[in-house]
Amino acid sequence: MARSVNFDLNHPLIEYGLESPADEEGVHDSFNQLIAEQSQNEEMFDTFDQGPLGRRELDKEHQDFVYTSSPPHTFREREPDRGEYELEEYGEQTDPLIPERWSSDTLKILSSMPSRTIGRNRGAIISQYCNKTLQLRRRRQSKPADRVFSRSSRPSIRAYDLEADTTDSESRDLTKQDQLVNNLQNLSASDRERMLRGMPLCLTVKKKLRELASQKEKQTRSSSRINCCSHFKLCIIKSWYTWSSFIHSRQMWKVPLKRVSGRFGTGVLSYFLFLKTLLFFNVFLFLVMGTFLVLPQAVYPPEVPANRRSFSGLELLTGAGYFSDTVMYYGYYCNYTLHRNYNSSTQAWSTVKLPSYNMPLAYFFTIGMAFFITCIILVYSMSKSFGQSFRIDKSYSILAIKTFCSWDFRVIKKNSIKLLSENICTQLKELLGELKPKHGRNPWLERLRRLMVHCLAWLMCVAVTTGCVIGIYYFSDYMHIENQKQGAAQEASLLALPVLVSLINLLLPGLFNFAAWVEDYISPSVRTYVGLSRNLMLKVSVLGVLCYHWLGRIATDGTDYIKCWESFVGQELYRFLIVDFIFTLLDTLFGELLWRLFSDKILKRQRKPEFDIAKNVLDLIYGQTLAWLGVLFSPLLPAVQILKLLLLFYIKMSSVMMNCQAPRRPYRVSQMTTIFITLLCFPSFLGSSVCVTYAMWSIKPSESCGPFRRLQTMLKAGKQWMKQLAEENASLSPLASAHAYLVENPLFLFVGAGIFLIVIYFHSQVLDGQRKIITLLQEHIKNEGEDKKFLITRLQSIHEQKRPSARKLTNQDSTELQEDKPQFSNYYGSSTSG
Amino acid sequence: MGTTSSQLNKNDLSEYQELTFLTKQEILLAHKRFTELQSKEQKGVLHLRVPMEKIHSLPELKSNPFRKRICQVFSTSEDKDGSLTFEDFLDLLSAFSDSATIEIKSHYAFRIFDFDDDGTLGYGDLEKLVNCLTIPEDKQKDTEETGLTREEMKQLITNILDESDIDKDGTVNLSEFQHVISRSPDFVSSFKIVL
Repeated sequence: MARSVNFDLNHPLIEYGLESPADEEGVHDSFNQLIAEQSQNEEMFDTFDQGPLGRRELDKEHQDFVYTSSPPHTFREREPDRGEYELEEYGEQTDPLIPERWSSDTLKILSSMPSRTIGRNRGAIISQYCNKTLQLRRRRQSKPADRVFSRSSRPSIRAYDLEADTTDSESRDLTKQDQLVNNLQNLSASDRERMLRGMPLCLTVKKKLRELASQKEKQTRSSSRINCCSHFKLCIIKSWYTWSSFIHSRQMWKVPLKRVSGRFGTGVLSYFLFLKTLLFFNVFLFLVMGTFLVLPQAVYPPEVPANRRSFSGLELLTGAGYFSDTVMYYGYYCNYTLHRNYNSSTQAWSTVKLPSYNMPLAYFFTIGMAFFITCIILVYSMSKSFGQSFRIDKSYSILAIKTFCSWDFRVIKKNSIKLLSENICTQLKELLGELKPKHGRNPWLERLRRLMVHCLAWLMCVAVTTGCVIGIYYFSDYMHIENQKQGAAQEASLLALPVLVSLINLLLPGLFNFAAWVEDYISPSVRTYVGLSRNLMLKVSVLGVLCYHWLGRIATDGTDYIKCWESFVGQELYRFLIVDFIFTLLDTLFGELLWRLFSDKILKRQRKPEFDIAKNVLDLIYGQTLAWLGVLFSPLLPAVQILKLLLLFYIKMSSVMMNCQAPRRPYRVSQMTTIFITLLCFPSFLGSSVCVTYAMWSIKPSESCGPFRRLQTMLKAGKQWMKQLAEENASLSPLASAHAYLVENPLFLFVGAGIFLIVIYFHSQVLDGQRKIITLLQEHIKNEGEDKKFLITRLQSIHEQKRPSARKLTNQDSTELQEDKPQFSNYYGSSTSG
Repeated sequence: MGTTSSQLNKNDLSEYQELTFLTKQEILLAHKRFTELQSKEQKGVLHLRVPMEKIHSLPELKSNPFRKRICQVFSTSEDKDGSLTFEDFLDLLSAFSDSATIEIKSHYAFRIFDFDDDGTLGYGDLEKLVNCLTIPEDKQKDTEETGLTREEMKQLITNILDESDIDKDGTVNLSEFQHVISRSPDFVSSFKIVL
């Protein structure tokens, strides 16, 4: 291959006896031409099939050359003057291409290497995108086999613009641009748009490119017929734009969110974004429940019982009394088919063929579908956020990440910026301090002491949690019996249980915080995780006991004190939600406002309290769990939750703005968000859906109220309907049996779960393979770097040897360098994309 | 916004929408803010440049330690004074917008951090970057004691290079930079400027 010739120049020409430098120029040019042709017509593809092979030969030669004929002293000669460069005192790992070492010509070439020009030069960017578009084009057009070739031959296709010889760099830029335009035209409209938008070029250039691309397209289009498919696509894109910009303009809370992020950065912002996400879930639930359950029932109200209580005001807190016979609760919904001329005295399944609405069925399927869709959305967002925050490549580069990524461009307030830079400074110092070898005194004793403290703290937390749970267990039993005795006379006493639970939820986290403070964790992230898991333990066990109380005790209660247990549970959940909200308000008032005033006025401290993101998010998750639990028993509970979240947003927002300051500790936003979404999905949503499913599956609904009265379980509503259908219409009987098979047979579930597990297993295996490839590629890059270093040293030595003819030689060597370089970036690219 | 939006004709608007990551509303808002920055003579003529100092008076950029670099990177001015036309301004907002891809964001972040414009992050660039990050601006001039000490700085930069310089050429080039960025999921959410 012609390219291998380059190496010979460093040596006495006799050895290979090939072209003179003048010829070499020619080779270079013709090569360039070849590149131009290559990227313009893809038919010539197979000429490059030998590319990789030739390359390998070349590499071999290269190696021989390194080991046989490279004079080792060229490296050693440089050793003495190494000390002059302060950087290198720190070890041999930085034996880099320090610019100061090189002559100006070498520097010129160094700076024109593609890996460096890409960061600043427009021509280089255009040429990079030229290749990208070409790749995309091929991917869209051709079989997968071709793609392999396009990858392996990319280094040779890539045209290089050399700024060192400025004579024709401009014209080369132009041809590059033509190629890019050409490539762009051959892409579909949406691809082209995406490509153009993703280019890091200035708008003027992009505009020109777009114009050129569409101009030529018009010419070609006038001759060929208009592609109606792409036209349709364009229409869709246009309408999507208007639609998305409409949605964007309606973006909620844009200004307050910007203010928060401008002052506190992304950490605190993530709390409010999470709140917004929850709000979205509740709005969805509310809409579904409203349209399919509440609205039909409100339009055709059932008979109101005679002894309806009047509105007293306490209902807002307890949810009982006046509210109990409204669309708010399960008990109000009727168990018949709604249609226009319904005669309520017959109360039978109607056979009249009018547009009718089967309430029990609607209830059953609305709840089922709402949970199903919520589940899908949750799992989807969870997987997406996992993909973003946990990359497979887990190599250790914490300082680089800290330096490059820690600046929060959202922060705009002057004081906050000052705080931010102080924080970054201390964090960097801490990290650097950790790097230094530690002189620990008596590490074993120290470790033992720590272990003891951790054990004690955990023991205390578990004991206190267990105590609280047992307390709630007996107290709920006691209150239940008390209420039974007194009758429903004292509504206010119903509030005792929710107040107790909320009090526990308020006080115990403080205790946990204290424990964590005593334990004195070194790593802040461990501290956060320990705090989280303790709080989670508390909340899950409290909710578990409550669920047992509702579904185990009240639902199966034989006495007729509670006529409609579903409505009662709904009311309980309403009370919990409201009391939780009130306690959150109190916490905000006392924990944030009064504490701030106290520390400000009395302690005369400058520092304001920090906003505890993790605790607040956990509170939100707890509230949401209550709302999900209660949907079955009180279809309008999402509306209450929406109101609560809206109020909470404004209250928290003003409290944060007034009382708090940006957290001092670094907060890993995306990782924490992932954890919170996982928590929302796993114990919260899954737990509540298990409870709801259990209630629907195996608890007997109350006899005298609700859509499922007179049925054995709620599930039977669907079954009954199926039976009815099969009786009315014989051809539908397979459907009924399919329903029986799918819903009632556990085998289906097992098979589904099995397939799911197998898919997960395969994915984890693929991941493992990719990890291996990444390490291989990283090694490869390192080798390429060594090669580059070597070549540049050679270049420099030649330059020093042949000063008079230096100019020519550097040019030649640089072509060689560049041939080496793109391959490097090629592999590099695939390693990052993998 | 009626008067300002009439100056931006519809074709331009849709073209901007197509070529940037901004939505229509954002472009209109940018237009409004940009015309506010223009001097009286320039008013409404969008290809005229607004000097860097004017751009820096925007509250979003006012206290940002990188504001000078940001303007220089996005400026298409030939005498490199960091002045912006409306299209440059849109470029800036597009790169810092919500929907911009991580490639675009990391590319521009790299150029912002590349203080000497040589296409790689060398020792000097990293030093300047760390200084920008750690020393509040009003203290930058009088003493360097507030930031890292000389020793710490050296060690920090050596470590950064050690971690991110994969091909070991002593500088961090664009692909290496993007590699580091891709491992920090928080970057996308924090590299944002919203008008």
